[in-house]
Amino acid sequence: MVNYIIRRTLIMIPMIVFITIVSFLIITLPPGSYIDTYLASLQRMGGQVEQERAEAIKARYGLDDPVYVQYWNWVRGFPYGRLGMVFSEDRPVIDVIAERLPYTVLISSLTLLFTWIFAIPIGIYSAVKQYSAGDYLFTFFGFLGVSIPNFLLALVIMFMGLRYFGVNLSGLMPARYMGEPWNLEKIMQVAQRIWVPIIVVGTAGMAGLIRVMRGEMLDQLRQPYIQMARSKGVSEIKVIIKYAARIAINPLISTIGWLLPQLISGGMIAGIVLGLPTLGPKLYDALMIQDMYLAGSIIMISIILVLVGTLLSDILLAIVDPRIRYD
Amino acid sequence: MQQTPTTKFGDKGRDKFMNGKNTLLEVKNLRTYFDNKEGLAKAVDGVDFEVEKGETLGVVGESGCGKSVTSLSIMNLVPQPRGRIESGEILFHSNGEVVDIASYPPHSKKMREIRKTYLAMIFQDPMSSLSPVYTIGSQIMEGIQLRHNVSKKDARQRAVEMIQRVGISPAEQRIDDYPYQLSGGMNQRAMIAVALASNPSLLIADEPTTALDVTVEAQILDLMMELQEEYRMSILFITHDLDVIGEMTDRVIVMYTGKVVEIGSVQDIFYNPLHPYTQGLLKSIPKIGRHKELSPIRGSVPQIYNLPDHCHFAPRCPERMDICTSEDPPVFNVGENQQAKCWLYDEKGGDR
Amino acid sequence: MSEEINDGNKMKKKAAEDIEDTEITVQEQFQARSHWQLMWLEFKNHRLALGGIVVLLVMYLSAIFAGFLTPYNPNERFAQYQNIAPQMIRVTDEDGFRSPYVYGVTGERDPRTLAMVYTIDEDVKKPVEFFYRGEDTYEFWGLFETDLKLFGIEDGHIFLFGTDGLGRDVFSRTIHGARLSLTIGLVGIVISVVLGLFFGGISGYMGGVTDNIIQRLVEFTLAIPKIPLWMGLGAALPDEWSVIQVYFAIVVILSLTGWVTMARVVRGQILSIREQDFVKAARAAGASSRRIITRHLLPNCMSYILVNLTLAIPGMILGETALSFLGLGLRPPAVSWGVLLQQAQNVRAVAEYPWYFIPGIFVIVAVLAFNFVGDGLRDAADPYH
Repeated sequence: MVNYIIRRTLIMIPMIVFITIVSFLIITLPPGSYIDTYLASLQRMGGQVEQERAEAIKARYGLDDPVYVQYWNWVRGFPYGRLGMVFSEDRPVIDVIAERLPYTVLISSLTLLFTWIFAIPIGIYSAVKQYSAGDYLFTFFGFLGVSIPNFLLALVIMFMGLRYFGVNLSGLMPARYMGEPWNLEKIMQVAQRIWVPIIVVGTAGMAGLIRVMRGEMLDQLRQPYIQMARSKGVSEIKVIIKYAARIAINPLISTIGWLLPQLISGGMIAGIVLGLPTLGPKLYDALMIQDMYLAGSIIMISIILVLVGTLLSDILLAIVDPRIRYD
Repeated sequence: MQQTPTTKFGDKGRDKFMNGKNTLLEVKNLRTYFDNKEGLAKAVDGVDFEVEKGETLGVVGESGCGKSVTSLSIMNLVPQPRGRIESGEILFHSNGEVVDIASYPPHSKKMREIRKTYLAMIFQDPMSSLSPVYTIGSQIMEGIQLRHNVSKKDARQRAVEMIQRVGISPAEQRIDDYPYQLSGGMNQRAMIAVALASNPSLLIADEPTTALDVTVEAQILDLMMELQEEYRMSILFITHDLDVIGEMTDRVIVMYTGKVVEIGSVQDIFYNPLHPYTQGLLKSIPKIGRHKELSPIRGSVPQIYNLPDHCHFAPRCPERMDICTSEDPPVFNVGENQQAKCWLYDEKGGDR
Repeated sequence: MSEEINDGNKMKKKAAEDIEDTEITVQEQFQARSHWQLMWLEFKNHRLALGGIVVLLVMYLSAIFAGFLTPYNPNERFAQYQNIAPQMIRVTDEDGFRSPYVYGVTGERDPRTLAMVYTIDEDVKKPVEFFYRGEDTYEFWGLFETDLKLFGIEDGHIFLFGTDGLGRDVFSRTIHGARLSLTIGLVGIVISVVLGLFFGGISGYMGGVTDNIIQRLVEFTLAIPKIPLWMGLGAALPDEWSVIQVYFAIVVILSLTGWVTMARVVRGQILSIREQDFVKAARAAGASSRRIITRHLLPNCMSYILVNLTLAIPGMILGETALSFLGLGLRPPAVSWGVLLQQAQNVRAVAEYPWYFIPGIFVIVAVLAFNFVGDGLRDAADPYH
């Protein structure tokens, strides 16, 4: 097992190198650079274009260098925790990420918790009461959940809040609390709004999870060992939980690792609509103004999280299922 | 030969020599139906028989004849939501008390009580009949602890004894093995240990050796016979293998399309089969030293949604008469202890 | 069978003949239905899936006949009618039933705020005319030019879903938007399927090094999170590209992740079927590779592929909608549901003009319909469920 983990980790190293290249390629695809976009927008707004200043910035960030030089300048800072600079804010990328990561992780983990707490029991219920009215109802809402685009649901909730309750639900807290130290009042404000992204992102994921859990449960409930357990006189609730659900949940546990990257990319679009202080909206802004190191770093981190997540999944699966052993 | 028509299977045997005193289980007019998409499947359709204390009753028939559903009905574990016990009685005798299993909801407390105290079942596929995520020891102990109010340590001690008894060694080590670590035969032994841990009065064995090699099969059958002596239990032995029936059972039930067509002692069934279906079954097994050509039963089992009227075997029957397709055959007593559901044994008989 | 036969021997002979009869009928029953027929029989029973088919048919037909069904050109601006609420077609008035009409709308500029204020004038009843020929002309798929519309109003305007901030008819825009939104999924899926069949096919059939390389590629592509990738690539599309160029670029972006899933499905299917006894039997019987592929592998994969592609289409529709909504996908003057929803980006605007959401309802209905159909196909394709 330890050997297996070491081997998998070693394989990840070339993968990560490859990932940095791909991420960099994606962000350098658009023609022009940050400074061109910046100048263009200045021009649009009727501002004075200071050619000299622009040249100075270009030189400072090496925007005129060949692509491979830019790439090298970017990656060689990694061992020292440097991910490049955010042009638009003139500060290190790592600072921006450090500032936004806690909110991102907080919202995403609460979302996942919400999804699992509801999806697992619903999945079990739907399987045990297959073809019952409740099963149909949950299935229908599940379908509805996957069919509504995240951003639309976010908009609808915000619309309802504004129209019927006169509350502005955008952002995680009213602007005046931003940058303020944490106190009870601020926490209350956050608690009042954080459920919106949780529900918006959660409903979409829940439908899939319910379906998987239901399908796995149905498969397990058909297995002979279920009848065997019943024939011993084990109570039905125990047969369902201890026998069927215990195995049905294995494939889901193996997806826990896959959820890791979702911590960052899951609520991206909803985050943009809701104006959350998370990484999603930052990636969007960065892409729009070609703030390349910021965008590249966020994309890179989300891909690396997938790799780590997959490894984590495989390890977890080996722990929960005694049949699986990696040697 | 004296022949008298009766209304149902089983009456005679009981009255004759047991007088009901030694009866463990009576199945009366059992009907178990399934609401499938294709229509109503009458998997078990009016079955009568009984099991005496300490005997092994064999149930034989082709796939889909209702053997397994009969056994699941006795456990009251008919697959839901499609299946249900439609009508009939399953009377279980214990300590002078008689309970009707069919009258309890499958997951009721009383039913669970009956299962854990008196009934046990072993299944066809040993690899999938034990939960893959628990050790065989913990699965044996669960049954023991459900049945007897004992500490975990005592339960484990008893589990070790059970594992030893069914021939898995070294028991102390194997007790912590997972099913996937054991071979098919060993798993079957483990399943028998799980089933017998609660010391049941009736063991239902649903094709327990079908998935095993012939040599392993013999070992398992021997083990079952030994344990039956030791535990003084009755066994309902379900199989499509006539050789196994011949080796294991005292009496035999022959089933066809959800109905019992013949009951008799194992000797009667083998040497004097009455029902043309039983005769057909026997003719279709190969025997060493017999050079006659095998003669399989012609045609195939009719679809359960589309059964012929009256005698279901009539379309395949080489002895068919007109009455077979116009009137339901009753059960006829033939000889000492044998009954058949076939018009051939009508005393008014002749070539009707 | 009602014939009276007294002779016993004769009767037995007859019985034997009957046995052969039953054998024949039994065989007919089992062989007469092909896999697809069986699938259809199952599918027919799935009511939601049938409903989904009907909804999709209606949607695609209206996309095809959008020019005829809608009263106006989707980009035509009625400057004097901005942000008008949806008008109801009425068939009753105080005198009971009458032919369909809409109330007139009059606009006035608020002298203080200078914004237009619209009031419904219940005294003015404008009859809706069917098979109306107005001033608008459109080209029917480049075949001919016509001005025949399903309905229209002689004097004034009809806005069934209201108008947007620039005075464009939301109904006409929504129906026209279906053209891009609904086809992007289809074109994307065709690309995914072709790539998926090709790579999955050779991966599964060749095995060995080829399989290994393709599998690593597949794994890597799967490892890239969809949304950041789509956003990154969407942002990379040059501003000066035409609608057509952007359209195909988006299709390619969406299929980038789609083909991998398809390749996996195909490979998995081929691997499992290849090992199945009936294929071994065919090989043992001397069937050629070509026969095995066309008669055994493909038909057995097809239903799974069909299910998977049906379930992949809604993902692509949602992808286009999200990208366009964010301004990273299709952009005006292209008309798609995502582009239309851009107007809903501002919650304050939506709170005043909730009809901006209407294209969103179309997205949900279309995606839901595809999901139902896919679900029905999945149930039907799996005979053991």
